[in-house]
Amino acid sequence: MDDLLRDFLTECSENIATLDVELVRLEQNPNDPDLIGSIFRLVHTIKGTCGFLGLPRLEHLAHAGENVLGKFRDHELEVNEVAVDLILASIDRIKALLSYLEQHEVESPEGDDEDLIVSLNALAEGKLGGKPAAAAAAPQAEVVASQPPPIQSTDAPVPDEFGFVPVPAGNMAALEANMNSSGKPSPAPEVPKAPSVIKPAVDEQSAKSGASVADQSIRVNVDQLETLMTTVSELVLTRNQLLQILRGQKDSAFAAPLQRLNQVTSELQEGVMKTRMQPIGNAWAKLPRIVRDLAHELNKKIDLQMIGADTELDRQVLELIKDPLTHMVRNSADHGIELPAERLRAGKPETGIVTLNAYHEGGHIIIDISDDGKGLALDKIRAKILEQGLASDSELAAMSEQQIMQFIFKAGFSTAAQVTSVSGRGVGMDVVRTNIERIGGTVDFKSVKGKGSSFSIKIPLTLAIVSALIVECSGERFAIPQISVVELVKASPTSEHRVEMINETPVLRLRNRLLPLVSLRKTLRLGDDAIQANGNAFIVVVQVGSSTLGVIVDRVFDTEEIVVKPVAPILRNIGAFSGNTILGDGSVIMILDLNAIVMHAGDVNAHAAQAQAAASTAAHVDHSGSKQSLLLFRAGEGAQKAVPLALVARLEEIDRATIEYSEGSPMVQYRGKLMPLVPVASGADILKEGQQAVLVFADKDKHMGLMVDEILDIVEERLQVDLSGRRPGALGTSIISGKATDVVDAAYYLSQAFQNWFGEEEGAFEGDMSRRVLLVDDSPFFRNLLTPLLTVAGYAVTSVESASEALKLEEEGVVFDAIVSDIEMPGMNGFDFVSKLRGGESKWSKLPIFAMSSHATPRDLERGRQVGFTDYVAKFNREALLSALHETLKQGGVAA
Amino acid sequence: MSNLPTTTTGTALVAASDATQGMFVTMTVAHQIFGIPVLKVQDVLGPQRIARVPLAPAEVLGSLNLRGRIVTAVDARTRLGVPALEDCTQSMSVVVEHDGELYSIVVDKVGEVMSLPETDYERNPATLDPRWQEVSNGIYRLQGTLLVVLDVARFLRLDQARAA
Repeated sequence: MDDLLRDFLTECSENIATLDVELVRLEQNPNDPDLIGSIFRLVHTIKGTCGFLGLPRLEHLAHAGENVLGKFRDHELEVNEVAVDLILASIDRIKALLSYLEQHEVESPEGDDEDLIVSLNALAEGKLGGKPAAAAAAPQAEVVASQPPPIQSTDAPVPDEFGFVPVPAGNMAALEANMNSSGKPSPAPEVPKAPSVIKPAVDEQSAKSGASVADQSIRVNVDQLETLMTTVSELVLTRNQLLQILRGQKDSAFAAPLQRLNQVTSELQEGVMKTRMQPIGNAWAKLPRIVRDLAHELNKKIDLQMIGADTELDRQVLELIKDPLTHMVRNSADHGIELPAERLRAGKPETGIVTLNAYHEGGHIIIDISDDGKGLALDKIRAKILEQGLASDSELAAMSEQQIMQFIFKAGFSTAAQVTSVSGRGVGMDVVRTNIERIGGTVDFKSVKGKGSSFSIKIPLTLAIVSALIVECSGERFAIPQISVVELVKASPTSEHRVEMINETPVLRLRNRLLPLVSLRKTLRLGDDAIQANGNAFIVVVQVGSSTLGVIVDRVFDTEEIVVKPVAPILRNIGAFSGNTILGDGSVIMILDLNAIVMHAGDVNAHAAQAQAAASTAAHVDHSGSKQSLLLFRAGEGAQKAVPLALVARLEEIDRATIEYSEGSPMVQYRGKLMPLVPVASGADILKEGQQAVLVFADKDKHMGLMVDEILDIVEERLQVDLSGRRPGALGTSIISGKATDVVDAAYYLSQAFQNWFGEEEGAFEGDMSRRVLLVDDSPFFRNLLTPLLTVAGYAVTSVESASEALKLEEEGVVFDAIVSDIEMPGMNGFDFVSKLRGGESKWSKLPIFAMSSHATPRDLERGRQVGFTDYVAKFNREALLSALHETLKQGGVAA
Repeated sequence: MSNLPTTTTGTALVAASDATQGMFVTMTVAHQIFGIPVLKVQDVLGPQRIARVPLAPAEVLGSLNLRGRIVTAVDARTRLGVPALEDCTQSMSVVVEHDGELYSIVVDKVGEVMSLPETDYERNPATLDPRWQEVSNGIYRLQGTLLVVLDVARFLRLDQARAA
């Protein structure tokens, strides 16, 4: 039976039971306005619901009754026995109709209620005062005869006859009937004067089909269910505790009964959970209407498909996801689905499809909301990000598509071109995400341009009991909700998986991806990282929102069902815990709030890991001789090749079919721009099919893709170039991971891609290893480019990102042989920096200082020399820089 | 209990039920006697296994399990700004309910229940340390010593203590 109908029947039978009582009370106190009001409302509710469900017969009858009651309420009509009889008769008719409805799921087609309606209307108009009961009762008999389910006669329930029990049917009667039918299937003896039609009717019914629907479901106060749930939760905890104790004992006499208890508890838990379960369709009920209205308003054709509406989940969860779901469906309809004309142009059917799909998966419920619309407009999002100042141009350039899409979850973000009544008001996806995450759920999001978008919500079935992974860190145990756990990795220096550091930021190489790691010990300030320093660690790979990261813990125990209890108010603002619980062994542990942990650890995003690692490396002083992360790859003939990881913005796989040619050079559309592709080995044929691995180099808005055959590894090595490069594109050869490796000169390829990126000159210089050079440049890109270049040329390089940092080194008494400084820098610029060094009592006042700038005009050169730069080199002219350094240091000897 | 001044022992247990009005569970923190109205106290515990709560305010020692309920342990010494006890293995705690949550106030020692006459009550001396002033509901003059009435609600309001 339709859920809606079942609810309606339950509600009606309750309402009617109340009505019966109240009407009788009304007869006794005809002037009680509260009572009249309450009766009026009840009938009105029935009328309204019937109208809503499309039950015209019931509606008309209820409407006529309501009219009369309205007159009572307004004191236009006097309440008398006759009137109450008539109303009761109508109520009984309604009951009869309802019982037919219950059995056949349609309104009784036979008979009509004109008789009653006429009488009621007559009463309402004040024309009926004499003997309405007879008038009503006579046609009533026909109905009884004509309708398949026997109907209770109407002239029966006069209160005097029943005493104060005016409940000839409904819950009470059915209950009695059940009792009777089990005992003796005869009319209820307690109601001796009741017409005999009533009881047998009910008896027959209940004998045939058991109790009616209305009697099968009862309404229970939600609070009561909650209390029951809490109690069961406690029971589960106690059970866990007992089982824990049992595990420690062999051959216990308690084993068998405990096993039984275990089972019963599980069943009980399941049963109680079921009482709170509701089909998700309840949350969807309003959606077809919303989509219909939307389609109308926006002149679109939209088909809403709902799959798995009977998937059940906890009502508490249901309540919480109702609004997010509605919002997302609206979004799909509004933003996703195109206008019919547009769709036809794109070769799609006119009617767009929004699909809701709910299903269970491993203790969770997954709800997919997908549309076959135009997908997310990345360029619009980009523009909006810039407009709202959420990220700078260059930051944006360094982001992956996935990252950019994540911005739709930021507060106040909407890409709708104009605010419609539907969306575009900038409240939305952030709230959606917050709501879903609040209940321990996650939102995943995919979008393909032109093909549509798809959101996937994963939520726990219930909030009260969750399964959690128990981990230990610094002797303290914590629970991590299982829903977020993707996998567990054991890392040790000798195994395939080991924790590597990029400037004190731990990362883990996992299936060709870099996984950012968060040390639980550090995040929770549980002590120093001494234990983790030896490299042995357990890593819990978790998914938080769209980012995946690893949480470093000391030990991993098993998974336990835990009862989430809120933390005490005085601990609530810690923000690292979503609750606490008591484990099987009786100890209290905290449940980690992974969202908060990620926030604590900084906004880590798996996709951004490399870019951020590069940035954070660059942000700190690279003392010479320190290790560098190198990306190893294979390309063309010969040895494996390496490039400093910091130079690589991203690793991409490009579908070869998307590679285009312009003047014979391969390029690809990348983030709305053309990105030139450069093969490592020139002349090699580019295949036409499959995926092409590409290292993307980026600086500001320029991108270049270096095509490689295979990405091998990321290693941390001291960059020691042993053999200087003999051919273009190679800085030289180095031993990395025990193998001869060509260190690739990224600059060479960059200059191939963009003539104006650097000059065309390139080449390596014989250097003097003892020379120490300080490199001051605010651009991490150039710092990372020049550091290996100068290293290769034989200098020990220290790089800093600003003049003030350089001055700090000076104060510390660090000694250099030469300084290479950029001119345009935020804070103190190159000119000021050098005048400060030259002017004061600085230990560095005699050092040769080279200026580097992209603006090498004669005027600049003049000014540079005036303030005291030794030489002025154009930024892209590496040869000039190297020769200037070489010449000066050779002439001046050791300056410092 | 023996090291508590026992001047009022005789009057400690009063039969009349309404006499709980002036009855206090006494406890010692750094040689000072404190009292909590007896009706507020749920339990008195000996040393407990307390699970540390990382990032919690300094006053919070951690959480413990009291018959299936999670109790937050607050250290009275830290809260009152008194240096911690070197040997805290013997410390006891008083469990109180506040806003539906259970808290255990960890003190040096829990004493007996005393019934104190209204006439011995005085307000906080104006010169009392502000930190104590905040958590004290007044003073009872006992023979030979003074008892500070602990205001549980304010004692457990840690945020303001930290902000101050």
